[in-house]
Amino acid sequence: MTVQTERPASRPAVVTKDPGGGPVKRDSRARRARLAPYLLLLPAVAVTLIFLGWPVVKDLSLSFQNLNMRQLIQHLTEWNGISNYKAVLTSEDFWRVTGRSVAFTAVNVVSIMVLGTLVGLLLARLGRRMRVALLTGLILAWAMPVIAATTVYQWLFAQRFGVVNWMLDAIGFHSMAEYNWSGGQYSTFFVIIVLIVWQSIPFVAINLYAATTTIPKELYEAASLDGAGPWKSFTSVTLPFLRPFLFATTFLEVIWVFKAFAQVFAFNEGGPDRLTEILPVYAYIEGMGNQHYGLGAAISLLTILILLGLTSYYLRLVLKQGDDEL
Amino acid sequence: MKGSLFGRFWPNATAVVLIIGFVFPVYWMFTTAFKPTGDIISETPVWFPTDATLEHFRTAVAADHFWTLVRNSLTVTILAVVLSLILALAGSFAMARMRFKGRRGFIIGFMIAQMAPWEVMVIAIYMLVRDNDLLNSLIPLTLFYLVMILPFTVLTLRGFVGAIPKELEESAMVDGCTRPQAFRKVILPLLAPGLMSTSLFGFITAWNEFPMVLVLNKAPETQTLPVWLSSFQTNFGDDWGATMAASSLFAVPILVLFVFLQRKAVAGLTDGAVKG
Repeated sequence: MTVQTERPASRPAVVTKDPGGGPVKRDSRARRARLAPYLLLLPAVAVTLIFLGWPVVKDLSLSFQNLNMRQLIQHLTEWNGISNYKAVLTSEDFWRVTGRSVAFTAVNVVSIMVLGTLVGLLLARLGRRMRVALLTGLILAWAMPVIAATTVYQWLFAQRFGVVNWMLDAIGFHSMAEYNWSGGQYSTFFVIIVLIVWQSIPFVAINLYAATTTIPKELYEAASLDGAGPWKSFTSVTLPFLRPFLFATTFLEVIWVFKAFAQVFAFNEGGPDRLTEILPVYAYIEGMGNQHYGLGAAISLLTILILLGLTSYYLRLVLKQGDDEL
Repeated sequence: MKGSLFGRFWPNATAVVLIIGFVFPVYWMFTTAFKPTGDIISETPVWFPTDATLEHFRTAVAADHFWTLVRNSLTVTILAVVLSLILALAGSFAMARMRFKGRRGFIIGFMIAQMAPWEVMVIAIYMLVRDNDLLNSLIPLTLFYLVMILPFTVLTLRGFVGAIPKELEESAMVDGCTRPQAFRKVILPLLAPGLMSTSLFGFITAWNEFPMVLVLNKAPETQTLPVWLSSFQTNFGDDWGATMAASSLFAVPILVLFVFLQRKAVAGLTDGAVKG
C-alpha cells in the first residue's frame, strides 16, 4: 500500500503541462486535487500502520528471542533463532490446542449460520407484531456486553441455585440437580458455545432478514410460474440471492469465534486443567501467565497464520473482485 | 384454510420460544440484581421478584474504585470513538467520492486491518507499552482501541457516503460552495444515521475490550469495567445478587443505546459490516 502521488488525478482535464511556467494557480490547484485523496486518507492509514504494524513486527521479533522473566527484568535481548517455533511445533500441547480451536470454531460457526439463517427466514414469515417482538429479543442478546453476558451465563449455569440445573431437575433429569458445568471439558465448552451462539445469532438473523426484503418479488412470481414449490423457490431464488451475504458472514464469524478470548477466559480461564484453552487463551497463558514471552509470541504468530489459512479462500475472492464492486 | 392456520401456528409458536430464549438471560440478570438474597438462594427459583431491593446495587457501587473505573471506561471509549470518527470521515470521503490510483489497495488494506487478531497480540503490545513506560496508563488503551475500531468505521462510513447522491454535492458546488463547504453543509447532516451506527458499534467494541486491559493495566485504579466485572465474582464470592447488579450497571448503557438506535443502526449494517 504505497502512496503514489505522481499519477494523473481524478480530473485529468485540469492537469496542465506547460514547460514555460503555465498558469501557476491552476497548476497548484491541480496538484492539490491530485493529492487530496491521499491527504484525506493519510491520518487513518498512518495510525493503523503504526499501531497495528508495530505490534505485528514486535511479535515477530519477540518470537525469535529467548525471553522469560529473567531477560524481561534485566532488559536482555537474547536471540535464539527458530528454537521457539521448534519447541511449539514439536509440542503435543500445541497441536492438541490447535485441533481443539478448529473444532470449536467449526461447531460454533456451523450452529450460528444454520440457526441464524433459520431465524432470519422466520422473521420474514412472521406478522408485524411478532416480528418486532422477536427483533427486540434478538437485539437485547446482541447488545449485551460480552463480559456481562458471560457472568450471566455463569449464574444461569451455577452449580447451586442455577436456574438451568433446577429446570433440568424439574423435567426429570434428577442427576443434574447439582451438576458442576465448569467441572469438565465438554460441559464447559457446551456452556461457552451456547453463550457464543446466543450472542451471534442476532447479527446473522437480522442482517439476513434485511437482505431477504431486498429480493425482487418478480423472481418468486417467475419461479411459481415455472411450477416451483416453496422448497424449490427457496433453493432457486432465495439461496442464490443470499449466497454472497452468507459467504461474507461465515467468514466474519470464523474470525470472531476463532478469537473468542473473552468468553473462554472469563468463564473459566481455560479450565478445568487447561482443557478448554483455545489458541488465543493458550498463547496468553503460556506467554503472560507462565512468563515465556518469546514462546507466547511464537504461538501468537502461528495463530495468526492459522487464521489466515482458515480465511484465505475468502480473502482470495475479495482480492479478485472488480474495482467497481469494492 | 387448515393449511394457512397450520402455516401461521408454527412460525408464531417458534417465535415465542425464541423470544423467551433470547430475553430470558437478560431478564434473569435484572431480576436477580433486584431480588433479596433469600430469593436468590432459594431451592425453587423466584420467577418474579415481589419485594425489590437496591442492596446489591449498593454493594456493587461501593466496591473499591468503582467510580474511577466508570470514568476510565467512559474516557477511553469516548475518546477512541470520537477520534476514529474524525479520521474515518476524511478517509471514507476520499474512498467514496474520489477516483485515484491505489484506491482498491486502501480498501482491501482496511478490510485486512479489520481482521487483526488483537486478542493474540497482547504479548507484543505489552512489551511495546512497557518499553515506553506506559503501563497502567489510559493513553495506549485509547490508541489501540482507536485502531481497533477505525477500519470498521472507515468501511462503514464509506458505504453511507456512497449512498448520498453525488448530485446534491455538485449542485452545492455549482451554487458556489467549495468542496469542503459542500461536505460540511450537505453531506455531514445526511450522514447522521451513519455516524450514529458506526459510533455505536465502535462504542461496543471499546466498552467491551478485555484482554488488553487485563495485560496492560494491572493497577486496579487504572483498569476498566470489563476486567473489574470479570473478577467481581472472585472478589465477592458467590454473591450473585451483587454480581448481577454489577453486570446490569455495565450492560445498561449499551442496551439503552442499542434499543434507541436500533433501526438506524441495523439499517446501515448490511452494507458496511458484512462487506468488510
